[in-house]
Order: sequence, then structure tokens, then C-alpha cells
Amino acid sequence: MSRRIRTLGWVVTATVLTVFSVPWFWWGDSRTAVGLPLWLWWHIGWMGVATVVFAVFARTDWDRYMGVEDV
Amino acid sequence: MSELTLQLAIVVGYLLVALLVGLVAYRVSTNVAEDYYLANRSIGTLVLLFTTFATLLSAFTFFGGPNIAYEQGPEWILVMGVMDGVLFAMLWYLIGYKQWLVGQQQGYVTLSEMLGDRFGSPRLRGLVAAISLFWLFPYIMLQQMGAGEALTGLSGGVIPYWAGAALITAFMILYVVLAGMRGVAWTDTIQGLFMLSVVWIAVAWVLSAVGGPSGATAALAESNPEFLTLGSEYYSPQYIISTAVVIGFGVTMFPQINQRFFVAGSARVLKRSFVLWPVLVLLLFVPTFLLGTWAAGLGIEVPEGANVLPILLSEYTPMWFAALVIAGAMAAMMSSSDSMLLSGSSYFIRDLYRPFVDPTLGERREAWLARGGVAVFATATFVASLSRPGTLIEVGNTAFGGFAQLTLPVLVALYWQSTTRDGMLAGIVGSQLLYLSHVFIPTLTVEIGATVVPLFARTYGGWDIALGGMILGALLTVGVSLLTTPAADEQASRFVVGSD
Repeated sequence: MSRRIRTLGWVVTATVLTVFSVPWFWWGDSRTAVGLPLWLWWHIGWMGVATVVFAVFARTDWDRYMGVEDV
Repeated sequence: MSELTLQLAIVVGYLLVALLVGLVAYRVSTNVAEDYYLANRSIGTLVLLFTTFATLLSAFTFFGGPNIAYEQGPEWILVMGVMDGVLFAMLWYLIGYKQWLVGQQQGYVTLSEMLGDRFGSPRLRGLVAAISLFWLFPYIMLQQMGAGEALTGLSGGVIPYWAGAALITAFMILYVVLAGMRGVAWTDTIQGLFMLSVVWIAVAWVLSAVGGPSGATAALAESNPEFLTLGSEYYSPQYIISTAVVIGFGVTMFPQINQRFFVAGSARVLKRSFVLWPVLVLLLFVPTFLLGTWAAGLGIEVPEGANVLPILLSEYTPMWFAALVIAGAMAAMMSSSDSMLLSGSSYFIRDLYRPFVDPTLGERREAWLARGGVAVFATATFVASLSRPGTLIEVGNTAFGGFAQLTLPVLVALYWQSTTRDGMLAGIVGSQLLYLSHVFIPTLTVEIGATVVPLFARTYGGWDIALGGMILGALLTVGVSLLTTPAADEQASRFVVGSD
């Protein structure tokens, strides 16, 4: 994978991660499940996804954009 | 023991434990400025995570936030998630890690010092420090006012407001003077872990009495069904996005947060904290804000000016437990102020006093002077808080927006080597002026043709003007940098990692 495509991938991932932290497509929805609104469950799950993505980034490309090899 | 004695005993007990931690930290510290401000850049993951976290929480987590959730529904959880869980985590990497790397290389202690050195400009250094102190001072005052009022409320008026605020100010001075960054970070950690556990115990306690989350939510569906619906007139998309972006970006430039970007012991510490951030945000804000929301369904009545969480807890949990939570929340306010005092003092001494008044100031004397700065700063905010000037309160309430104006110019400077001194000055001054004018000049309405256009409004079509200021700041920084050439003493290589 070329460097440029990889960077683009991270930019897109970061954008999607930010934008869909709020389930905009459920705007006005009031369904609940197991005692919490469904939209809140989405958010809780999404934060879990964010943690996994952050972990992958920290393991792989953390230093790629900072110009360091080993610190 | 009466309720009052017990509550006060818990508060005083907490203060003494914190002081003890400060003493231990004092004993392991060496007396140079870098150790006092930055704990020798040796902070580990858990402590870094929680000290940043504790500094973020403040009174909003336990009082302001649950109050809004009680009145408007729990969508603030989403705002917090976007703001702190995602945006701040990304800035933690983009600004925080970069600053850490540059700081390791050049030994910077403050943001203004870093910028001033890179752009060869004491004026820029002084400007950034002065702007930061301008927004920080009233914000500390608000924390003191909050803690003073909480103490008055807790003692049922036995302790007057001025005495409560004075006691807290005295304690904060004593503590920060002794402990420095190391002590502050240690107590933040103990307290962060403590508050996190206590909040979950509180949720378990309340929910066990009302039939679990399903029971509590069912009650809410009866009384306030609109709270379960995503979005409302109050929580418009514009509000959610503006708030999350402005505060998320503003937080990174708050001196006490920004200075933490320099203190990590290793890159691994920064990585781990970055990964754990969204989870930690969820663990704290979901329970506190949900408690506020559920209180609405449980028929909890909140008198004017009171906070919902203490009332809910005294209804469903034993008295000592409720007192413990309040004491912890008050302590959270104080720990935020501690960190702000310490950083404010370092900005003042290092970036205003030393360059402009006494350039011969040594590291050892600086550490002592910094302590004096803390005392002066805290006393000044205390005196100001007694008369509660409306203007200062306004500044404190808009502090996040004010700090957010600095973020984009700094981000541009960190990554774009063609940034010039003139570009930075234009971006910072321009955005501050735009934002300040909108905070202080009353809204005017102008009729242009058939439409009425508001001028100097705080929001336009629901969008916060702070966002406009941020965009203007970025455009000015980039635009003016393109039009000007760097001065001879600007050193772009300062921000290139691995160049030395």
C-alpha cells in the first residue's frame, strides 16, 4: 500500500469516527433496549470501536507522521 | 454524629489526605523549575491519564452536567463523547505528541515558550501567555466561587461564602506551593480512581432501588418521554457540533492541559493514554449524566439554584455516602484549580516575568518565584470572587471559546514549516479580536433590505461564533504566512523532530 493511500485511509477513518459518534441517522428516534435509548447504545459501542481504531493506529502508524523512528 | 459534622469531617479528611500526598511529593522533588512544573517529564500512563482527566472534569461532571441532563435529557453524553472521547484524543496525538517530541528535544516548559523560540519572537511568547492568562484567571475564579458556594451549601450556611472561599484558597496555595506538578498529578490520580468507583456505586445503589435501568427508564418514559428521543430544540445538531468542537479544541490550549503534553515519561505513556481515552470518558460521563436524567423520572424536585445529583443521592443512598460524593466533587473543583494555578504561574513567570522583567532569573530561583506566583494568583482570584464582577464571570464562562482560538494557529505552526511569525501574530490577534468583540459587544440588529441581520451575536443560525473565529484564525495564519517571508531569527527546524 502506498504511503499516500495509507494516509488517506487514516484521514477517512478519523472523519468517519468523529462524524458517526452521534447516530445522526436516528435523529428523533426514541426506541429503547435493555433500559437505555438505542442511540445511546450506538454511542457506547462506537466509543469501543474508537478505542480499537486508536489502538491499531498506536501500534502501526503512530510515528509515521512525526518523522521519528525510535523514541 | 450530626449530618453536618459528618459532612464537614469528610471534607476536612479529604483535604488532609491530599496534603499528605503533597508532602510526600515535596520530599521526592528536586528544587528546579522543570521538576516543579513538569515533575521532570517522568509521569507514567496511569498518572498522566488521570491527572489530565481530573483536570478536565471539574464541577461540570457532578453538578452542571447532571443538571442539564435533568432538565434537557442525556444527549450531553454524546457531546462529551465527540468532544473528549474522539476529538480531544485525536488532538492529543496531533498536538500533544508533537509537542512532547519537540519538548523532549528543546526542553520547553510552556506553549508560549515553544512558539516564542520557534518564531524568534519574545512578543509572540508574551502575547500567547497574556491571552492564556486573560482567559484562565476568571476561570479559576469561577472554580473558587463554586467551591465556596458548595461549602456554604454543605454547612447549611454556617460557613459564610467568603470564609468557605478563603479556606479553599488557603488550602490550594499551601498545596500547590508544596507539591508542584508531581503532587498535583498524584492526588488527581487517587481522586480520579476514587470518583470513578464512587459514581458506579451510586448508580448501582439508585438502580437497585428503582428496578434496574429498565425500571428507571420506564419511569422516565412516563414523565419525560422526550428525553429518550435523540435531539430536541435544545440539543440541535448545530449545538452538539459547536459545543463539541469548540470545547474539544479549547481544552488543548488550556495551560494546565497543554502543559501535560510535556510531562509524559515516554512515548508509550502517551500512546496508552490516547487509546484508553474514549473508554474513560464513557465510564465517567454515562453514569453521571444518566443519574441526572433518571432523576427527572423518579420525581426528584430540584429547588432553584440547587444541584440534582446531591438531592438524588440523599434520597436513595445513606447520608455518609452522599457526603462522600459531594466532598469528592468539591475536591474535583479544587484539583482543577490547583493545576490551573500551577500552570498559570509558570506562564507568568517564564513567559512574561523572565523575558520582560528579569532575564537573569535562574532555574532554582524561578521555582521559588513560581510558588510566589501561585500565592499571588490565587489571592487575586479570591479577592475578585468576593465582589463577583459580571464582566469577569462572562470571561470565565467563555474561556473555552477563547482558548479554542489558539488551537488552529498552533496546529498549523506545528506541521507547516512555511508558517511565519507575521502569520502567527495575524491569526492569533485576528481570531481573538473577532471572538472578544462578539462576547463583549451587545448584539445589534441591522436591516438590510427586507432581512434583519444580527451583528455581534454569540450564535448565527445556531452555530457558535467561536467556530467562526477558529476558521478565521486558521485562514489568517496560512494566508499571511504565504504573503510574508520568515524573519532571519525564525527557526522552522525547531519543530522538525530528529533534526538535531
